[in-house]
Amino acid sequence: MKQSAGQHPNRRPYSAAVPEEAAALRPPSFLFWSAVHVLCCLVSAALGFRFSRLLFLLLFSPASHHHNHHHHVHLLRQPPAAVIPFPPPPRPDLPPPPPPPTVAGRVGVGRHGIRVRPWPRPDPAEVARAHEILVRLQQEQRLRYGVKDPRPVIVVTPTYARTFQALHLTGLLHSLMLVPYPLTWLVVEAGGVSNETAALLAHSSLPVVHLPFHEDMPVLWNDRHRFEARMRLRALRVIRERRLDGIVVFADDSNVHTMELFDEIQKVQWMGALSVGILAHSAAPDATAKRQQRASEQETSPLPIQGPACNSSGQLIGWHTFNYLPYAKKAATFVGDGVTVLPTKLEWAGFVLNSRLLWKEAEGKPNWARDLDEVGISGEEIESPLDLLKDASFVEPLGNCGKKVLLWWLRAEARYDSKFPSRWVIDPPLEIVVPAKRTPWPDAPPDLPYQRIANEGGHVEKHVSKKVRSYRSKRSSRNKKKHETHVDTQVSEMSSAQEK
Amino acid sequence: MGSGTWILALLVLQSVFDGIYGLEQEVNRRTERISGSAGDVLEDDPVGRLKVFVYELPSKYNKKILHKDPRCLNHMFAAEIYMHRFLLSSPVRTLNPEEADWFYAPVYTTCDLTPSGLPLPFKSPRMMRSAIELISTNWPYWNRTEGADHFFVVPHDFGACFHYQEETAIERGILHLLKRATLVQTFGQRNHVCLKDGSITIPPYAPPQKMQTHLIPPDTPRSIFVYFRGLFYDVGNDPEGGYYARGARASVWENFKNNPLFDISTDHPTTYYEDMQRAVFCLCPLGWAPWSPRLVEAVVFGCIPVVIADDIVLPFADAIPWEEIGVFVAEEDVPKLDTILTSIPIEVILRKQRLLANPSMKQAMLFPQPAQPGDAFHQILNGLARKLPHDEGVFLKPGQKILNWTAGPVGDLKPW
Repeated sequence: MKQSAGQHPNRRPYSAAVPEEAAALRPPSFLFWSAVHVLCCLVSAALGFRFSRLLFLLLFSPASHHHNHHHHVHLLRQPPAAVIPFPPPPRPDLPPPPPPPTVAGRVGVGRHGIRVRPWPRPDPAEVARAHEILVRLQQEQRLRYGVKDPRPVIVVTPTYARTFQALHLTGLLHSLMLVPYPLTWLVVEAGGVSNETAALLAHSSLPVVHLPFHEDMPVLWNDRHRFEARMRLRALRVIRERRLDGIVVFADDSNVHTMELFDEIQKVQWMGALSVGILAHSAAPDATAKRQQRASEQETSPLPIQGPACNSSGQLIGWHTFNYLPYAKKAATFVGDGVTVLPTKLEWAGFVLNSRLLWKEAEGKPNWARDLDEVGISGEEIESPLDLLKDASFVEPLGNCGKKVLLWWLRAEARYDSKFPSRWVIDPPLEIVVPAKRTPWPDAPPDLPYQRIANEGGHVEKHVSKKVRSYRSKRSSRNKKKHETHVDTQVSEMSSAQEK
Repeated sequence: MGSGTWILALLVLQSVFDGIYGLEQEVNRRTERISGSAGDVLEDDPVGRLKVFVYELPSKYNKKILHKDPRCLNHMFAAEIYMHRFLLSSPVRTLNPEEADWFYAPVYTTCDLTPSGLPLPFKSPRMMRSAIELISTNWPYWNRTEGADHFFVVPHDFGACFHYQEETAIERGILHLLKRATLVQTFGQRNHVCLKDGSITIPPYAPPQKMQTHLIPPDTPRSIFVYFRGLFYDVGNDPEGGYYARGARASVWENFKNNPLFDISTDHPTTYYEDMQRAVFCLCPLGWAPWSPRLVEAVVFGCIPVVIADDIVLPFADAIPWEEIGVFVAEEDVPKLDTILTSIPIEVILRKQRLLANPSMKQAMLFPQPAQPGDAFHQILNGLARKLPHDEGVFLKPGQKILNWTAGPVGDLKPW
């Protein structure tokens, strides 16, 4: 009989206790009773149940008042009719005490039943009440220990309608709905305001400013990064015009944010930098790429992080940026490419600013910030928020000087040839529909000659409307021109695989 | 115009006072002073209110035992050892027994451990008896009061009944020679043989440094409603259930194992202390004995203790108003535990959390080394000081004898 380790030691096995004690007291009666005990054990082993209980039931009348207690509650285990303390052999001079024992009061020693109510399931009303209690307690905790005088948060998100937009934007929406501070959400949409995005944003009760940006999102990733920077500048200009007050956070719709992020940014004075974990995933299905990636991961650190670098006294001395070397050959170039998407050297998501930094006139505004009207004009390329400053050394490192990763950068877009989910409807139907190469439709010819598609691609560019979905065929045909050889080999692999 | 300015001045004054009052309220909202039935005594300083004389017993009663098994310093009965060390260097100690109010004999009765670390109490009665015989022969102070101004620390399961099994402990009763002495013990249950009137109930020892190293930021939101880690069935000693914890723990399991609000299991996570700091209620049900270190841990980590042990007497019950701090659930009400806990008004829960946040409350549950003001050592001394001055019956008249030196089980009379 081993006792389990744990916070509370179990008791020692009785067999250790009883012989020592009893042996000290009465040798002859002890021998007799131990012989009886052994006999009873053997009989019980033979019968398969503890017949001593039956014996006590027959010999001693039930005097237990436990039964009265338990009538109205279903008992998982029935107490024996005579509740005898278990299991030392009874001494002859001591009559077996019926319960309750010698102490007064209702708490008795001995066997008790295990009370289980007839339907031990959670009551939904009670669960709801418990959650209300938790909400109120957490509110109180925040009042006590959390940020004093929290400032409102202004979230800037560039987005555009695409396959994965619903996935990313809904995720971001739910994260922002959990933020306990007053929040304004500026959503800048490439290609103008679209109904799809508006419908998604209407799901939240947040105050949303839906800004149109009347240019289309480019296809190449490098172009897209720069384009997004221009979209964010547009939002910053709106903040400046309307003199919105608060802390500006650059939340891209595909990024993942923790709730601690929003608590941490309340500490920023003018401009702060955070550590961003880079989830540069690889979507390549072939094994060689995976093996290579695993090998490279073992050499370098497990997760690339971008953010501020500090010296031992907590002052900003530099920046950790993304190391491109392991991904030299395998970077994605166009949106929808099936390989790793890489971030820029310093992502916008890792910076937060006080909106007063953007205002024309603000008291206490530092002079190491450039005036927003001068930024971005005459073709200047803005790569990171550091370009908004004259002197980057005044940036405050947040999150325990960058040691805590509070958000994760991720770019995951649908592959250029992925099928739409089955219930999606393209309305009105497109003028030209080209079947995707990777998932051949059953009634389509297995192989389309490339010449025909190239010609038709030219037609498509002229007739295409602003609708998003036709965008796909334009993109796919254009891409086919560029990556003919690449696709060719894949297709031949696929067909050979299919033949097997 | 004159009356107008007077009214304006009055309004301004009123708003100022309201502001000050509001600030006070704000400060009071943070923590509340804790005062029990004996008054606001948690922060009393015992120095100057009593004098304690520590008997110099041969090291076979204390040092040698500890030397044989140093594990005694870390288990939950270590209070007896730390109390001795504290008293040796405390300002309340006096080397002159004539001016002492209380006498202390350091006997480590809970240091005879099995290989797995559990104390065996079989030799403890003889050890205690031998120590008392020594005291009564070498010093006159025992005989003049027959121990009524002596105190002993007996932190084992059932105190001075010296047994781990309740029925046997009840049969043995408190060691007869300790009938008149004050017992400082962890066990406390009303109307129980092993708790005598005037005992001081103390918390079990929990290592303060270990708990300090597991603290998490206080703004981490408390998202677990009810938390418990430990056994529900003691399969080694009570496989069918019903004896262990009087069936209460098994009842908790059977009723709430599927309830999402209850985070209960027999796991041993490494994040046990951190999880307690993320929980609102921590269950403290009885086990083989009604007390447990869970109470100490719950208080230190700010989790409201839900005590499921009928008639239990909690530590320092006269100094700490446990009714206002914890939730008490009768063992027969365990099937309704979820209803009980969710129907507590939110204001009451907030108040309990405020009381638990009071640092003097947490300090009173701990035995830090070195001792700090307000800790459990000082609470014990405060308790002893509150029993002063000794009343008339303490000192025996010449020729009066109360104790029967041959009472008790025969095995106890053997020398140790």
